[in-house]
Amino acid sequence: MINKQGFTNGIIAAVVLLILSALLMGVQLANEGTGLVVKLKHAESLTLIAVGAVIVFLFQLFRQPIMGTIGMAKGALPAMPVLPDLKQNPKLKNLLMAFGLAALLIWPFTASRGAIDLATLTLIYIMLGLGLNIVVGLAGLLDLGYVGFYAVGAYTYALLSSYFGLSFWVCLPIAGLMAAFFGFILGFPVLRLRGDYLAIVTLGFGEIIRIMLNNMTELTGGPNGISQIAKPTLFGLEFNRKLKEGGDGLFHEFFGLAYSGTYKVIFLYILAVLLVVLTLFVINRLLRMPIGRAWEALREDEIACRSLGLNPTVIKLTAFTIGAAFAGFAGSFFAARQGFISPESFIFIESAIILAIVVLGGMGSQLGIILAAIVMTVLPELAREFQEYRMLMFGLLMVFMMIWRPQGLLPMKRPHMEMRSQ
Amino acid sequence: MSNPLLKASGLSMRFGGLLAVDDVALTIDEKQIVSVIGPNGAGKTTVFNCLTGFYKPTSGEIFYKDKPIHGLPGHKISRLGIVRTFQHVRLFKEMTVIENLLVAQHRHLKTGLLAGLFKTPGYRRAEAEGIERAAHWLERVNLLEFANREAGNLAYGQQRRLEIARCMVASPELLMLDEPAAGLNPNETDELNELIVSLRDIDGISILLIEHDMKLVMDISDKIFVVNQGQPLADGTPTEIVNNPEVIKAYLGEE
Repeated sequence: MINKQGFTNGIIAAVVLLILSALLMGVQLANEGTGLVVKLKHAESLTLIAVGAVIVFLFQLFRQPIMGTIGMAKGALPAMPVLPDLKQNPKLKNLLMAFGLAALLIWPFTASRGAIDLATLTLIYIMLGLGLNIVVGLAGLLDLGYVGFYAVGAYTYALLSSYFGLSFWVCLPIAGLMAAFFGFILGFPVLRLRGDYLAIVTLGFGEIIRIMLNNMTELTGGPNGISQIAKPTLFGLEFNRKLKEGGDGLFHEFFGLAYSGTYKVIFLYILAVLLVVLTLFVINRLLRMPIGRAWEALREDEIACRSLGLNPTVIKLTAFTIGAAFAGFAGSFFAARQGFISPESFIFIESAIILAIVVLGGMGSQLGIILAAIVMTVLPELAREFQEYRMLMFGLLMVFMMIWRPQGLLPMKRPHMEMRSQ
Repeated sequence: MSNPLLKASGLSMRFGGLLAVDDVALTIDEKQIVSVIGPNGAGKTTVFNCLTGFYKPTSGEIFYKDKPIHGLPGHKISRLGIVRTFQHVRLFKEMTVIENLLVAQHRHLKTGLLAGLFKTPGYRRAEAEGIERAAHWLERVNLLEFANREAGNLAYGQQRRLEIARCMVASPELLMLDEPAAGLNPNETDELNELIVSLRDIDGISILLIEHDMKLVMDISDKIFVVNQGQPLADGTPTEIVNNPEVIKAYLGEE
């Protein structure tokens, strides 16, 4: 099975590895007198490089048999479990959903504070993923600056709360509207663009928002951010230990409980669950409305859309606007939960993670996005010990997903429509 | 018949140095099947694109029901009642057959955002009507049993028929078909023939057709326009066209 091509490939791969790793890992800079000199690192890392090169060479050499075995192993794997067809059985589906929701609401009372916190974070990402899914998964517009709208939502609440003392509940819709407005504004210049060009412009937009927040020091506090943002209240009841000036009451006093910080965490978690449920509901309905179908039709074929009287401009604008609104909701919740925000929270990598969630989950599929959001937030937590290799694992995960399930974890399913008797 | 449904005159389209369409005139009356024929590269599809607003004609006027439509964007012309197909099938391939038809009814299903979110009775009724209309057209083109299939999975001939159904649910008054018989076998072409004639006779719409299949064109056309190298060559009934020496020269070359 060893052939000449494998041998050449092996040599090339090993040499490339040697060159790259020798520069990256094999040498270091050291001070010597007044100047810097390049020194070889200790023997250990050199051995590592050599071993690595040998492994790469051998893999290339025996590539075919190895891949064959993997292929066979793949074939031997049990097929994906088939879920019972819930569409045929709407009652069962509703029952399952009710149970799921109940479990989600009861769970925090049994879980640790850290776990609840993590779950809340995951829920924020689910919301963001669902929102971006409208733009990327359904309308097919690649948006790399989604985090900009998230920032708009967060800063809207933070600013309104710290300057005007408005409560979270008033600010939540305002933040959504504000983000939607920014989505609308961004929508205009990018309407003519498609694909790569659109991606670049949206990327720029996200950066503009972040840099603006960084530089408008008088208003936003610049890199210092905004701190002590008020937490959400339950019908005016605060979750603090002591009542703030002008506050209505305290949660633990009202219900005659001893103070515990956990109440606040659980409350935030439940709030997040409700927001996600609301998001799911709204997007599910939108999908089955003419506008939802128009988004997908636009993704499939813009010219056919025009020939049928659909105005691509309007459809793109609604996708951008509605998608951004959900980022705004998520942003204001994020600000309320953290109590502190700064432009640092809205860097490009956040956009990339949200996009990864959408792609990983399977474009357009909502359940897939929920799963992906869990994977993307919980896995890094579990892999805390491997801190330094996190990004590496992240990349590996992406590569493997693209090889084995390019359509995402759970690709979107088409709704089945009942026709009159056939 | 008083005024023509569509009347184009002096239609020209220039791409840089190339005059693709030069001074073409065209009239379509109500309930007529009109064909545009010509050798490959004669500018037929360019004429189509000008009429449907996908190109902005360099010069010329187009009147639809006595209203000028030249210069309007494609989606606006489509809303006036001129709906077209394309030389290549342009279905929404990943969507189901019925969804394809529902997208095309966007204009009829127009319901408010809130009505849809709360599924008001009015919204449900509009949706049910849309599905009923779609079912009607699926029956007409013999695709009812495939309603929940993905459009991209249909056979080629079925995709062609679905495309016509998708135009028809948008209730056009002028249907423009760009080479509908391309790639169809003789049986399917016969079915298409019947379908097009029924659209004129039952639904009372006009059809403008670009086609290379001469049998189909001669069978069903009320009027034929011949275009050659961007210029109008002849027009008339099928019999007149077959006997026109200019047309024979363009198609077969000089004797």
